[in-house]
Amino acid sequence: MGFAANLFSTGTLSQILVGLSRTTILFIVSSGMSLILGVLRIPNVAHGSLYMIGAFAAWSVIGFLGGGLFAFLAAMIVAPMIVAAVGFVLERGFFSYLYEREHLMLLLLTFAFMLILGDLVKIVWGPEYRSVTVPDFFRGSAEIFGLPLPWYNLFLLLVGPCIAVFLWLVINRTNLGKIARAAAVDGEMVGAVGIDTGWVFAFTFVLGSFLAGLGGALIAPMVNISIGMDHSLIMETFLIVIIGGLGNMWGALLGSLIFGLTQSLGILVWPQFGIAFPYLAVVAVLVVRPRGLLSSTW
Amino acid sequence: MRRSAAPLLLFLLPAALLALPHVLPRFHTYVAAIVLLTGLLATSLNLAIGYTGLYQFGHAVFYGVGAYGTALMLTRSGMPAPVAFLVGPLAAAALSLVMGVICIRLSKLYFGMLQISLGSLVWAVVYRWYSFTGGDDGIHGIPVPDAISSPKGSYYFTLAVTALCVFAMYRIVRSPFGKVIQGIRDNPVRAAAIGVDVKSHQLTALVIAGFFGGVAGSLFVVVENSVFPDMMFWTFSLEVLIMCLLGGMYTFFGPIVGASAIVLLRVFASIHTRYWGLILGTILTLVIIFLPDGVLGVFIRRARPKEPADA
Repeated sequence: MGFAANLFSTGTLSQILVGLSRTTILFIVSSGMSLILGVLRIPNVAHGSLYMIGAFAAWSVIGFLGGGLFAFLAAMIVAPMIVAAVGFVLERGFFSYLYEREHLMLLLLTFAFMLILGDLVKIVWGPEYRSVTVPDFFRGSAEIFGLPLPWYNLFLLLVGPCIAVFLWLVINRTNLGKIARAAAVDGEMVGAVGIDTGWVFAFTFVLGSFLAGLGGALIAPMVNISIGMDHSLIMETFLIVIIGGLGNMWGALLGSLIFGLTQSLGILVWPQFGIAFPYLAVVAVLVVRPRGLLSSTW
Repeated sequence: MRRSAAPLLLFLLPAALLALPHVLPRFHTYVAAIVLLTGLLATSLNLAIGYTGLYQFGHAVFYGVGAYGTALMLTRSGMPAPVAFLVGPLAAAALSLVMGVICIRLSKLYFGMLQISLGSLVWAVVYRWYSFTGGDDGIHGIPVPDAISSPKGSYYFTLAVTALCVFAMYRIVRSPFGKVIQGIRDNPVRAAAIGVDVKSHQLTALVIAGFFGGVAGSLFVVVENSVFPDMMFWTFSLEVLIMCLLGGMYTFFGPIVGASAIVLLRVFASIHTRYWGLILGTILTLVIIFLPDGVLGVFIRRARPKEPADA
């Protein structure tokens, strides 16, 4: 069959590498969601909106600083911080009063925020497409096994593991991380031993939002920044944390790998219906392991 | 409220609904038909989420499959129209059964997310299969039988079918089967302990909900003469869920009230502003924070303070 021939052609490897760099973005965004799901137990549909705001904010920051490598790198830090600030307002203003509500209500509330934030983005940045050019520093391609891979994709492949290590350090080596992990297992008990869980929850939500914003900022040079870029991403992110195991950081990594790779290989194998493959993978995983691949904190 | 106002409402409402196309201009008749079929859609979703307690997050898929089933039969097969109107809902019911069998083992949020995932799969296929479903353009100018193709005709057809389906669902909810699924919703462990086959009852409820969701989709074809993939996108599923929540999930007629409110508001808002999401989001936020039982749910609780609101 032509499918098999496609699969073993020389393009496969570079397709996998490009898929992996996309996986990086998925991982960064879904690790933020996983953190929020694990500790705060909020199925945050507005997480995708935060990602979208990250992309738009990166565009603004780069425009404000006039482009170039410095402006680009600054945007990668400032844009996520803007998003983190939005997250802080959401958590302190709304969620902190509503943690006791059932998950269905929280999900619908975050959906409401998704609708509101979507329109606010439209009001602030307008309905047009925006695009960010890759700074000269990342122009061109590297040669990997004789195949070209854009430098920016290579950069993303390096950023992913750095974020993973950073998160591992925060969660396992800092007091805050330890408290957050304890709160994920039994928030009431953490409160009972005299720790103010409110600020731990706020910190977790802000960190999760930061990661969503970082994902959005990092993808900015690769896509058209547009209203609605949150709609498909949020679904992907949700499915990733579900197949990985709710609230499990490594599950988010594993889920992103499965999702990103089936997506890029699926398009290679069957261009028309390639977008269906990751969903099939999710179904397969959940049929075999209904609660996700790795242990869930739920 | 139910006891005092019911007889009056029972007489006035059908009279108003029947007179409507003779009083209102064409566009408003069309909006009224959309309100009716969306009310049917929300009620069918409520059967799964409010009465059975299953997190049916992908309900729009059954609506869409019902619509596409009917649309494809009308445009591509030489079969008579009544067959097309049966095929749509039956396809939705069949899909509901298949998805139900896969999802039913999971609980709550996992159930909902797997259902959204499967729904997205269906959506992705419909969205990309240009040669069969028309892809992202959808199908337009679907030929509908002459008797129900005029605005008035389509309105009365929608009214009749909606009334029939809502009545059927009302009977189902009031039947022994309806009591059992509510028992499962309130306490699945206890229901299982007294010998109820929980899974098969849940599955049956899902199939019924999917079927009536499909009927709503078929009606959409009659009213709109077109179908498009966005009607089964997951955001619309959640919007229907909002209608249920707004009206009151543990009431029978609440979702119809919620659907009417949202459809009318949307039509009204679209004339004045581009920011529909901002409006809907704000309303939803306020409802969730202040009225978690929905608008009708609050009324019923006020009227009967001691009983749990299950009417």
